Amino acid sequence: MDNLVWIFISSLLINNFVLAYFLGLCPFLGVSNSLETSFRLGLATIFVLLITAICAWILNTYVLIYAPYLRLISFIVVIASTVQFIEMLIKKLSPALFRAMGIFLPLITTNCAILGLAIFATNRGYGLIEGIVFALGAGIGFTLALVLLAGLREESELSDIPKLIQGIAMNLIIAGILSMAFMGFAGLFSAV
Amino acid sequence: MSQDKPPDAPAVSSVRLVLTLALAGLISGVAIIGIYEVTLPTITINKARELREAVFKVIPGVTRMQKLVYKNGELVPTTKTEKDEKSIYGGYDSQGSFIGYAIPAAGPGFQDVIGLLYGYKPDQKLVVGMEVLESRETPGLGDKIYKDAEFVANFRELLVEPEIVTVKKGMKSRPNEVDVITGASISSKAVVRIINETHAAWSVRLPQPGSEPLMTEPEKAVDEVK
Amino acid sequence: MAENQNESYEAFIKGIWRDNPVFVQVLGMCPMLAVTNSAINAVAMGMATLFVLVGSSFLVSSFKQWIPKQVRISSFIIIIATFVTVADYTLLALVPKVHKELGAFIPLIVANCMILGRQEAFASRNTVRLAVMDALGMAGGFMVALFSLGAIREILGNGSLFGVDLFGEYFEPWVIMILPPGGFLTLGLILLFFNWVTQQKDKFIAQVVEAERVASDG
Repeated sequence: MDNLVWIFISSLLINNFVLAYFLGLCPFLGVSNSLETSFRLGLATIFVLLITAICAWILNTYVLIYAPYLRLISFIVVIASTVQFIEMLIKKLSPALFRAMGIFLPLITTNCAILGLAIFATNRGYGLIEGIVFALGAGIGFTLALVLLAGLREESELSDIPKLIQGIAMNLIIAGILSMAFMGFAGLFSAV
Repeated sequence: MSQDKPPDAPAVSSVRLVLTLALAGLISGVAIIGIYEVTLPTITINKARELREAVFKVIPGVTRMQKLVYKNGELVPTTKTEKDEKSIYGGYDSQGSFIGYAIPAAGPGFQDVIGLLYGYKPDQKLVVGMEVLESRETPGLGDKIYKDAEFVANFRELLVEPEIVTVKKGMKSRPNEVDVITGASISSKAVVRIINETHAAWSVRLPQPGSEPLMTEPEKAVDEVK
Repeated sequence: MAENQNESYEAFIKGIWRDNPVFVQVLGMCPMLAVTNSAINAVAMGMATLFVLVGSSFLVSSFKQWIPKQVRISSFIIIIATFVTVADYTLLALVPKVHKELGAFIPLIVANCMILGRQEAFASRNTVRLAVMDALGMAGGFMVALFSLGAIREILGNGSLFGVDLFGEYFEPWVIMILPPGGFLTLGLILLFFNWVTQQKDKFIAQVVEAERVASDG
């Protein structure tokens, strides 16, 4: 269970954050109409997830042992401030990078995947390295799901789809099928 | 957070902004601490009761228990909780005689981590009970590891030497064998693997049979259930 | 005053159907799908969200004069997070089993865009009374959505409702319903149904308008 490889593959495929845990659905359903945008959003999310995992560990280890009830509020404040800070940093250091993915950062703040990661890592008692691996797997899994849906949506735009089903309904059904496909990854680790 | 400034925002001093947030934070803090203190006794009691019930279930005949932690090469009773501790539970009868250990274990199952508690009698090297505490296995299939009474019954008198072995359903012939659930072989094998691995880790830490830690003073915090 | 009452009623009822947060505004997706694998979980989440939304709307509306615009989002979040923490501990103390089922999704109520959205769009700009009615309506609509999804998934996927077996032992449960794909598919189909209803309504209205036009022409 503490096995790093298991944590990584589990959060990426077997228990994909979007398709199995239902986290990060707002961007998943809302922003996935373009492959390019989705990929960039995914990268930005991976970045924020990594930072969140580290901050959550620091908070849990040094601060929250004295005040466990402040966990939720402190996580949120930290996530919001981190995103704001990263946005400023990227703007200053690399305007090109900011143009590419800067606009997504505020969107990421309300992404339940970020808060979800912090809470899961806390509940499972992950240490620093485990938390980072978890964040990496979760982020790549999120990006993967987003990119898959975006690709399918781009394809479907060229097809003749009945007006009735267009929109969120179709995206959800496609997501359901994707989720079913990902269920096939379960049992990936039973070497017994 | 989007600190958008609507065009008609009156000029407000930064002091006022900081004060507002500080005040909000203060009131929020008080409310949270308040609810925490109010609910803490109930939550602690609930947790203790749940643990007690699980321990009593996996070691039949036990009426008292205490937490034992492995520290500096020794197994000692404790009432505290520390980070990264290696702890198990000792079960005793009403006279305080040692009956068995309740050992928590966890590991990857089919879908996600399976968390369980198993009862163990070191003198006979027998597993005497198993209770699944956490599982996200497939409903209708993998969740039989706790819903199928026959599977759970495998663990009532299970020899751990040389190790627990899984066999096809109905083929169980030796005391260290477990019948696998048809259609849920991976989840069943995961349970067995988890117990084997945990046993391997703990068998070197447990004291010799006969010299288990004594039941320390009475129904302390662990036992206190209203 | 009759007008006031009307306003309040309007604020309340729009959340249930016309502006239903889930089916129309498509907000609050994450908890929607995650906790609706059984009716009781869905209802519990609905109650928790109701508590947080009404409480937050009440406070935000009461203090809207004192919250400077620049820090309003942060203040809203602090208020919401406080209510969520209170709900979390209360649930843990009163119904630990349900709390365990809902798991991390109780703290995640904070990230539910519906709640923050209501504060920004309504509660911070209206009277306390209207804000509370709006909150009740939205939370009510959310509860309706949660319950319908939860009930459908539990009945099809487990053959039970609120834990009570409905079909006896010969019912073969459609297990996928209580698993993640079931959540996506069920919601997708419900939204499809909503689309269809809206389409039919528009068609009907167009027909009526056309008929009246023909009648007034002829």
